[in-house]
Amino acid sequence: MHPRTVLAAGVLGTVGVALTMPAFAETDYVAKYGIKEDHPGICSYASTDAKDYTGHEITILTHAVPVMGEPVALHSKQFEELTGGTVNVVHAPFGELYQKVMIPFQTGQHVYDIVYGGSYWIGDWAPHLAAVPQKYLDTDEMKDITPAYQGVASWNGERLQYTFDGDRNYFKYILPPFEDADNQAKFKAEYGRDLAIPTTWEEYAEVATFFSGWDWDGDGELEYGSTEIVKRDDVAFANFITRVASYAKNPNVTGGFWFDLETMTPQVNNPGFVKGLEMWMDALRYMPPGGINFGIGDEIFSWGGGESLMSVTWDDAFIQAMQPDSPIRNKIRVGTQYGPSMGSHKVWNRVSGQWDEFETPSVAPYVTWGWGAGVSRYSEEQEMAFDWFCFFSNYANTNHDLLIGRFGVNPFRTSHMDPDYWEQEAGWDRAVAVSFTDMLRGMDTSTNRVFDLRVPGVNQFYTAMMAGVAKAMAGEMTAQAALDEVAEEWTRIADRIGVDAIREAYKNVVALEDNVSLDQVQ
Amino acid sequence: MLDSRYKHIFLLPALLALVAIIIFPLIYTVRLSLSGWDVNFPELDYIGWDNYARAITDGRFWDSMGTLYLMVLFCVVFEYLLGFALALMLWKDVRAGRFFRVLFIVPMCVTPVVMAVVWRTIFHETLGPLNDVLSWFGIPGVPWLSKSGPAFAAVVIIDVWQWTSFMFILLLAGLMSLPREPYEAAQIDGAGPIRTFVHVTFPLMAPITLGALIIRLIESSKLMETIYALTSGGPGSSTETTSYLLYIRGLREFQIGYTASLSIIYLAIMIIALTVFARSLSRLMIGRQGPVRV
Repeated sequence: MHPRTVLAAGVLGTVGVALTMPAFAETDYVAKYGIKEDHPGICSYASTDAKDYTGHEITILTHAVPVMGEPVALHSKQFEELTGGTVNVVHAPFGELYQKVMIPFQTGQHVYDIVYGGSYWIGDWAPHLAAVPQKYLDTDEMKDITPAYQGVASWNGERLQYTFDGDRNYFKYILPPFEDADNQAKFKAEYGRDLAIPTTWEEYAEVATFFSGWDWDGDGELEYGSTEIVKRDDVAFANFITRVASYAKNPNVTGGFWFDLETMTPQVNNPGFVKGLEMWMDALRYMPPGGINFGIGDEIFSWGGGESLMSVTWDDAFIQAMQPDSPIRNKIRVGTQYGPSMGSHKVWNRVSGQWDEFETPSVAPYVTWGWGAGVSRYSEEQEMAFDWFCFFSNYANTNHDLLIGRFGVNPFRTSHMDPDYWEQEAGWDRAVAVSFTDMLRGMDTSTNRVFDLRVPGVNQFYTAMMAGVAKAMAGEMTAQAALDEVAEEWTRIADRIGVDAIREAYKNVVALEDNVSLDQVQ
Repeated sequence: MLDSRYKHIFLLPALLALVAIIIFPLIYTVRLSLSGWDVNFPELDYIGWDNYARAITDGRFWDSMGTLYLMVLFCVVFEYLLGFALALMLWKDVRAGRFFRVLFIVPMCVTPVVMAVVWRTIFHETLGPLNDVLSWFGIPGVPWLSKSGPAFAAVVIIDVWQWTSFMFILLLAGLMSLPREPYEAAQIDGAGPIRTFVHVTFPLMAPITLGALIIRLIESSKLMETIYALTSGGPGSSTETTSYLLYIRGLREFQIGYTASLSIIYLAIMIIALTVFARSLSRLMIGRQGPVRV
C-alpha cells in the first residue's frame, strides 16, 4: 500500500474516531437513566439508542400505576428519548385487562401493539400473539431466564410471551417471635413441642393459632397468625391453589393435577382439594378481623405492616416488606427446610384412590401466574414492539426494577438467584438474601410444581372454582359440597368449550407439571 | 297533507337516531343471545334457544336475582323514607336551607366506585372509624365485610347514603309545586300537621312518589360498581347481584352469547315486575285511575 494511502487512511480514521467518540462519551446512560451499568447486547441502552423509530408509533395496554404500570411508563419514556419513536401507554385495572385485550382480538381490530395481562391467559391469547423472533431468544437476557419461566411464556413449543417477570407463591414469616424465649416456653407448654418454623399446614395452623389475638411485638396492637388473600374474585385463587397443592399434587402421579389427562375428569373435588379447602376454612380463625375480604393490597399492607406473623403469597409483599422504611425489614425469612411452601405428610393419589404417606413433608410449590405480555399478531409495528420489549427487560432495567417493590417485577433469571445481588444492590442482610435465593432455587429445582390451568376459557374455570370456594369459606356449604358443585360446573365448561380442545391445551400444563417436553405428554 | 308529509320528513332523522341508539343494540343483543359467541368461538352463529335453556337451570343467576330484589327493596324503602323526611324538613323556609339542599345533593355527585373504596376503609374492621364510633357506645365491632348479613347491610348503607339525595330532590320539587288551596282548606277545617300530611300532602305527592320510586327501582336494580369495589359479591354469594354476575359472565369469562341471553331474561323480568309494581302501587296510592306514566 502506498504510504500516502496509509497516511490518508490514518488521518481519516483518526478524524472519524475523533468525530464519533465524543458522541458515545457524551451519552452516559448510567448517569442519565440511573442504572447500574449498561450490559452490552442488542437490548442495551447503547443499542437502543442506535435505533431510529422517528415517525413510528406503538400503543401498549398495561396495568394501572404502580404495579407494572409504572415501570412500563418509565421505560417507554426512555425508549422514546433513545429512538425518537412514540410509545402510547394505556393503563387499566387488572379486572379490565382481559376484556380490553380480548374484544379487539376477537373483532380483529388493531388497537394495541403490546398487551399485558396474566400469563395464565396464554391459552386464550395464543392465536393472537406474534412469536418472539429468534434474534431476541438468542440474547443473554433471554438465555438467562429460568426454564420454568421460559415454559410459562411458551405455547405449543413457541415462545409467545416476552418474559420480564417471574412470580411464585411461597411462605414468608417474621423471624424474631420464633426466637423469643418466652414464646418458645409458652408454645411448648401449650402444644407439647418446640416452637419451630412450620413445615406443614397442620403445624402452620398451630403456630398461627398460638400467635393470634395478642400483642406479641409489643406495639400496643393485637397481632394475628396469618394473612392470606381470600377476597372473592380478587386473586384468592392463588392462595387456594397453594393451599390445596400440598395435599393434591402427588410426586408419584403424573398426567394432570387439574384434570386426569386421560379421562379429563376434573380433580377439583378430589379428597386432596377438599382437605386443602377445609384447612383454609379453618385458617379464618387465625387471620386478622375481616381477613375473608382481604385482597392483595390488604395482604401486603397487613403482613408488611407486621399485623400477622406469616403469609403465603407473592414476592411483592416480601419485597415491599424489605423496603428501607418497612418496620419488619431484615426481620423476615422465606420458605421452610423442605421447600418454598408448606408440605404435607399425606398426599392424595388419584390413581390408587388412596392417601400416600410421606416421611418428610411433600412440598408442591405453586409457580403462580406472573405478568405476561406479548406483541399482537395484528400489529403493524412488530419490530418496534419487540425492540421495546427487548429494551424494557434488558439487564439494566430489570436490575433496577427488581428492587422497587411497587413495580411488581419479580425474579425470573438465574442471575437473580445470587444472594450477593440482593445483599449489595438492595442492602439486605446476608441471612435474608440467602433465605430468599434459597427459596427461589427451591422453586426452580422442584420437580413437583403446580402451574395455573392455562387452557382456553381459564377464567370460566377459575371463577367457577372460586365461587364454590367462596361459599365454603363463608360457611354457606361444606368443602366437599362446594367443590362437588365446582367439578360439575367444570365438566359443563369443558363440554361447552370442547373436551378435546381442553385436553390438547392442558398438555402444555402437564408438560410443565411433570417436567417433560410437550411431545412426551401422552 | 303536505304539512303532514313535511312533519314526517323532519321527524325521520330523530327516529333513525332513536333506532340506532336504542333499537339496534337491543336487537343485536337478542341476536347475540342466540349465538354461542364466547372466548374460544367469536362467531355470530345460530344455536337456537340453547343459551336460554341453560339460563333456566343456572342456579347462580336466579340466586343473584333474589339477592338483587332483596337489596333493592331495602335500598329504595330507606331512600324513600329518608328522602321524604329530608324534603319535608327543607320544604318550608328554614335557616341555611339552601346550604342543606346543596349538602344533601353532594353524595349523588360522587362516583360510586370511588365512594365504595372510601366506604371500604370506613367499614374496615380494625382500622375503620365506624367500629371505633360504635365502640364509644359499647357496641362490639361489627364484621362489616366478612359476614354475609353485615356485608349485605354495608352495600345497602352505601346505596342509601348515595341515592337518598336523588329521592330528596324529586320529592322536594314535588312538595314545592303543590297547590296552596288544599292546605288553606285543611287549615280552615282545623286539621293539625299530622292530619294535613296524611290527608293532603301524602295523597297529593302520590304521583311524584310513584315516579321517584320507579326511577330508583330501575336504577337500584343495576347495582354493580359498589359491589365490584366493596365485596366482589362476597362473602360467599351474599352480595352477588344480577348486574355483577352479568359482568363476571360477560367480561371476565367472555361468555358473550350466554350473557346476552341472561340480559334479555333480566330485562323481561324487570319490565314485567316494574309494570306489575307500578300498577299495584298506583292503585294503592292513587286509586283506580290506572298507573302513572313515568
